[in-house]
This record gives sequence, C-alpha cells and structure tokens, in this order.
Amino acid sequence: MSEIDEGLRSELQRQGIWVTSMQELYNWGRKNSIWPLQFGLACCAIEMIATAASRYDIARFGGEIFRPSPRQADLMIVAGTVTKKMAPQIVRLYNQMPDPKYVISMGACAISGGPFKQGYNVLKGIDRYIPVDVYIPGCPPRPEALLHAFMELQRKIDSQKLGGADKAEFLKPEQPSEFPVPAFGEHDLQPPANPDVYHPPKLERV
Amino acid sequence: MTPNPYLFIVIFAGVALAFPLLPLGLAWLWRRFFQPPKPGVEKNAIYECGIESIGEAQIQFRSQYYLYAIIFLIFDVEAIFLVPFAVAFTGLPIGAFIAILVFLLLLIEGLVWAWGKGCLNWAR
Repeated sequence: MSEIDEGLRSELQRQGIWVTSMQELYNWGRKNSIWPLQFGLACCAIEMIATAASRYDIARFGGEIFRPSPRQADLMIVAGTVTKKMAPQIVRLYNQMPDPKYVISMGACAISGGPFKQGYNVLKGIDRYIPVDVYIPGCPPRPEALLHAFMELQRKIDSQKLGGADKAEFLKPEQPSEFPVPAFGEHDLQPPANPDVYHPPKLERV
Repeated sequence: MTPNPYLFIVIFAGVALAFPLLPLGLAWLWRRFFQPPKPGVEKNAIYECGIESIGEAQIQFRSQYYLYAIIFLIFDVEAIFLVPFAVAFTGLPIGAFIAILVFLLLLIEGLVWAWGKGCLNWAR
C-alpha cells in the first residue's frame, strides 16, 4: 500500500494516464455512495428530509438512497431527541448495520439532550451507547450543516487505511461490531452508559 | 456465414450469469483478504425494525375476513363465471354442465351458510 509520488502522478495525468491504488479506489467508491438509514426521531428529521429534497439535494454527494433496512445502510443519522424508550432500538439498529458503518449525531438533542436535557425521559447524548463520527450542533441544524457533516464524513472515509498498523477500525478483527443494548431499569437505562464507547470530557480544577 | 441462432442465447445466459456472480465473487474475495466477518446475535436477528421479536413465528391466528371472502366469491366471482355459462348454455356437453353445477352448488352452500349466520341482514 505504498503511496504514489504526487509529482509523478500529476505528470502521468497530464499524459492521460490515471494512476490509483486499491485503497484510493475503495475509499473513493465508499465515500461517494454513503447510504443513510431512513429514520428520524424529532424536528431534526424535518431538516434531514429537506436536505434529501431537491433544494439541498444530498444526492450531489451520493447519499440520496435512504435505506429502510439497517442491513443496507452505511450511515446512521441520529436526527433528533433520543428518548430513553427509543435508545435500545437505536442501538439495536446500529448493531444490525454491516461494517463499515458511521454515525452522524445531528442536533443538540442527539449530542447531549439539548433543550430537553433536564427531562427524566431524555437520553443525554447517543454517544453514550454507540460511537459517533461527526457531531452537528444546532437546534435544529440547517441542511447546509448536515451537508457539511456529510462532507466531513467523506473526508474521514477518504483518510481510512486499508492495511498496516493504523488501518481502519472496522478492518481489525478484535474491534467489536456490536455494542450492548441497554435495558429498561427501575429508574434509568441499565447501564446508563457504555464505558467502552463513552468518554466524556473530564473537568479539572486548576 | 450466419451464426447459430442459439449462440445469442448462450451469450445472453453467460452475461446474465456473470453480471451477478462477478460482484458476489469480488465481495467474497474482499471479505477473504480485507474485511474480517463480525457476525453477532443482533446482526443475525431476523427482524430489522429495532424491536426484539416475541415468541414463535409458527402460530395459528384467527382469520377475521373469511366472511367477506365468502360473500365476495358468491356475488362477484360467481357472477363472472355465470355470464359465459349462460351464453354458452345450449352448446355445452354434459360433463361441463355437471362441472359448473358442482361449482354453483358449492357456492350456494356458502350462501346458505352465510345467510344462516346472519351476514345478509342489514345492520341497524
């Protein structure tokens, strides 16, 4: 998986010869055909629908095919408030998606609970249970913000390695593809967060 | 020289086989050399709606619409068969006549049964 010299590559391109590597070809194909999972949770979903519709047109980035089945989806857009009633279903759907899979946490609610953070029934961020690739702040974020997140995700996919020690996480056999589904406890979801996934920032007094 | 007319069918069948098999083979090679398979309980589950399925799939349940099906057969399907039966009545052989009578009797039995059950009463 050796990198091609950029100068040589541009010189060859000038002569009409396109040189690529398997990794580049693979990532190019992947990043231009991201199929999102078709589900929305709250008002952010309306913005997601607007992004998919003709005015903003996520099809320009290859993401227009919203799949109704997790088995055919690459990307989960968590669009809206995640209630504690809904969280196990979302984790289960994420588990059923095939690798490689990505998650966009759309809006303040999906990141942290947002304006409903004090609610007893609101999960304080979907990143407690599943790994999130891109966070979009906003309440709700505009379609341009979702498109920006989509492009960020494409950049991330483009940078993933096929081999070597720093290859992509989903290619490592020891990395899990499924995460434990929380269960309804007496007062809260059990466990309240998955410590393997959830790494909150620690406040330190100085 | 004209080619064998069956040659096109052979070419067509070859392309029709190669078109799905090539991506499947490539995917298999990709899984073999790059992507480690990661099956799991959730991933192999039958349902993909997010809710866990409860109980067995092999259960019997009451069919609620059988009455509508019977009435539909009597008044719609039977009428469709009655019209050609009536048109061709004079030229029918005895076997066909008995066959259609058996069909009619079966449906009339259903009508009697539905009448006895009170399906034909107007709802008040």
